Amino acid sequence: MTIFVIGFLWLLVAVLAAVAARQGRSVLKGAIKGGLVEFMRLIPRIAIGVLGSGFIAEIMPEKWVATWLGPESGLAGIAIATLAGGLTPGGPMIGFAVGIAALKAGAASPQVVAYSTAWALFALHRALLYEIPLMPARIVWLRMTASVPLPFIAAYMAMLVGKP
Amino acid sequence: MSTPPPRKAATFDWTTAFIAVLVLVSGTTVYLRDGWPRVLEILGHDFLLFVGIMPSLLAGCLLAAFVALLLPRETVRRWIGAESGITGIFIGAAAGVILPGGPFTIYPVAATLAVMGADIGAIVAFITSWSLLGYSRALVWELPFFGVHFVGWRILLSLPLPILAGLMVRPLANLLAKRFR
Repeated sequence: MTIFVIGFLWLLVAVLAAVAARQGRSVLKGAIKGGLVEFMRLIPRIAIGVLGSGFIAEIMPEKWVATWLGPESGLAGIAIATLAGGLTPGGPMIGFAVGIAALKAGAASPQVVAYSTAWALFALHRALLYEIPLMPARIVWLRMTASVPLPFIAAYMAMLVGKP
Repeated sequence: MSTPPPRKAATFDWTTAFIAVLVLVSGTTVYLRDGWPRVLEILGHDFLLFVGIMPSLLAGCLLAAFVALLLPRETVRRWIGAESGITGIFIGAAAGVILPGGPFTIYPVAATLAVMGADIGAIVAFITSWSLLGYSRALVWELPFFGVHFVGWRILLSLPLPILAGLMVRPLANLLAKRFR
């Protein structure tokens, strides 16, 4: 499954490279250079994130995670996960490292879905650094209010479907 | 990205520093509790995971760079700005999925739309779908950590959410407007 997705990814890259090449060599070169620079920039962060998920999972108190976020935790677990997701400081590296660590330590996947969704919607760090400075305040608060039910909906649908 | 923001130029920001400290503390805890063998075992496992991540990370970075250069951003902007109603919400949600880039490209576009008089439902659908369904973050960050199964299902479950947020924000905005009139 993973191999197919990666294959498809590279197929997409090849198609877009062909489109870019038709627009000129400089477009193709510029895109490849931009992508490579981004890749090099991300490698150290990813390395730290991977290490983080391994060690943090190892020291996460499994009993707590299982009680608070495990399959039996239900609505309370989803609420805790949502709150934790919104309050997680920092970028995707921290959000995903904590999410996968919780999953490894015995959290149920609907709760982790709620965590990831809440993190994507409310992440404190992104709101403070980008959204509040760049957007009209009224829209920020309206968007956040309208988004409060979303992690719960996602988690409940995950429970209904029985996946992931 | 075609227009790298100055803020991202630094390879080591406070986020990285924060998680580095977290790694050090948890790594030391594991060492003190279980000794070197367990530390090395975790490191070995993490190294394999890291190597496995590389192909999708590189593909994700190239993909984002190509789309950023090839997609006519002006056109996208016009589509969401001109439309309103449920169509605008759907277009906003779709644009949030397609438009590449981080918060530094998304929020300026969204703010521009707001100034241009775009519908708040469309704007919220746009931001929400970028947050939940944006492929750059999913490919570069989420896929390597969580794997295809989890990410695929999370995205599938999130598909209706931007539309819902767009629909819910309209009555909210109206309510607020009435309150303060």
